Amino acid sequence: MQIYLPIANLPVNIFLIFGMGLAVGFISGMFGIGGGFLMTPLLIFIGISPAVVVASAAPQIAASLFTGFLTYWRRRAIDFALGAMLLAGGAVGTVTGVWLFTMLRALDQLDLMIGLAYVTLLSVVGILMITESMQAIIRAGHGMPADLRRAGSHVWFHGLPLKLRFKRSRIYISVIPVWAIGAIIGFIGSVLGVGGGFMLVPMMIYLLRVPTATVIGTSMILTLITMISATVLHATVNHLVDAVLALILMVGGVIGAQFGARAGQKMRGERLRLLLGILVLLVGLRFAFELVVQPDDLYSIRHVREG
Amino acid sequence: MRRTTILLLLVLIGCGARPAAAERLVVSLSNHRVQVTSNFAGEDLVLFGSIEPDSGKTTLRSGYNLVVTVTGPRETFRTRRKGRVLGIWVNVDSREFVRVPSYLAILSNRPVAEFANEDTLLRLQIGLDNFLLPQRIGPDIADTVRNDPFRVAFVRLENTQGLYRESPKAVTFLTPTVFRVAIPLPADAPTGSYAIDVKLFAEGAIVARTNSALEVIKTGFEQYVADAATDYGLLYGIATAMMALLIGWFASVVFRKD
Repeated sequence: MQIYLPIANLPVNIFLIFGMGLAVGFISGMFGIGGGFLMTPLLIFIGISPAVVVASAAPQIAASLFTGFLTYWRRRAIDFALGAMLLAGGAVGTVTGVWLFTMLRALDQLDLMIGLAYVTLLSVVGILMITESMQAIIRAGHGMPADLRRAGSHVWFHGLPLKLRFKRSRIYISVIPVWAIGAIIGFIGSVLGVGGGFMLVPMMIYLLRVPTATVIGTSMILTLITMISATVLHATVNHLVDAVLALILMVGGVIGAQFGARAGQKMRGERLRLLLGILVLLVGLRFAFELVVQPDDLYSIRHVREG
Repeated sequence: MRRTTILLLLVLIGCGARPAAAERLVVSLSNHRVQVTSNFAGEDLVLFGSIEPDSGKTTLRSGYNLVVTVTGPRETFRTRRKGRVLGIWVNVDSREFVRVPSYLAILSNRPVAEFANEDTLLRLQIGLDNFLLPQRIGPDIADTVRNDPFRVAFVRLENTQGLYRESPKAVTFLTPTVFRVAIPLPADAPTGSYAIDVKLFAEGAIVARTNSALEVIKTGFEQYVADAATDYGLLYGIATAMMALLIGWFASVVFRKD
């Protein structure tokens, strides 16, 4: 069944979009991330213009994240103080990101920027996650404790000024690295149409030493608010949010997420991280392939809005 | 100046040069308002027409040729070319096509090249090769040579999308003077006003010409959403974000396990 998308200006198969929502939702529920890094390339692949995709993926990711957020909230697995500090940085990053998005779009280099950023981020994050989880799996195999986090383990930037105690996460660190991480994720999220959860969670675990119990729920505060503000900003500045597209994706996404979450609970943490790492790396390689291999058609057309 | 010359020529052709054989075109379109609804998947329009003698005395000739040019709302496009920079493929060059039709169909009963000589076809912009596609070149706006790589790529890409087409079989003569034209509108046909220009040729010259128009409009919900997104961006954004939260909340209630 075809349905016409009023902003993307083209008809799409409603079941195909819904199915993509389901599949990405499954993965997002399984790993506790928004899944934007998968959704965005999939939508671009079926022929929707990258600018509309990036803007319309934001509300869909927000819906998935809000479901997760509520679940973690009920379990009291959210550190609101830490979330608020991440958010402060995130706000700055998001505004800068939407501004850069608008500028790159005018310069015709948006596709390249999205491509390059995906390759770099996904490959690096993917490789790091694979290495780390492999080590954890090997350690577990040798009967050693799998938890990397040691009491008193300290990195130089934890000792920067403005130290705060985050009670629920039981950490005492400077807010400067927290702001910086928030800003980076907010920026990346709004430029790439991803929540950034796949990067934020590892950063919080390895850089801030946030315990696994609160990390996902807390990360969702930032990614959720980033995606909501990205939705509003993209709608105001670029007028490219397709609500119909977002709605179909959302419904598929939240249903898929439920099954994903159940599947995820049956797996061990390091196995889950290895799987996510492989997935992230594969998507990164797919983008790299596109940039390096000569395209079938060297020419492309873009519609220019007359101002 | 050029336009005046063309007009003058048309006047000459129309009344002065051939007073004994003046034809008139009468056309009727199946649908003047194409509505884009949620299940819009393109539409084929039909234009019917007949060749009539202009006054009772004139007799009709045989061997007419007909070409119909349908042009969609004018928009500006940028054609970009990728090149290899430091091992990766990047958009390195681009040309802007200024206010060119977003939809262009050249429909005829046989290849337009057989209608008249090249000068006439070029002057009347008949055929994709002869249609004026102005590019921004520095401060000027002008059409380029036909084989300009950006022009060729632009027409080719629009053609693969079904938005530009030249079809020498779209016009069917049902009798020597009654014809039918199939106008295919693809699913992603741009919304706006379309102009239909019908030209009749005989013996290598244009003998009659008429116009019609159609409109492709979004209706109901689609129109509402598109308007809201353009005119009330902030509210639209907030509404979309609220919708996201509502669906997220709804899912967490429905699937709650405890």
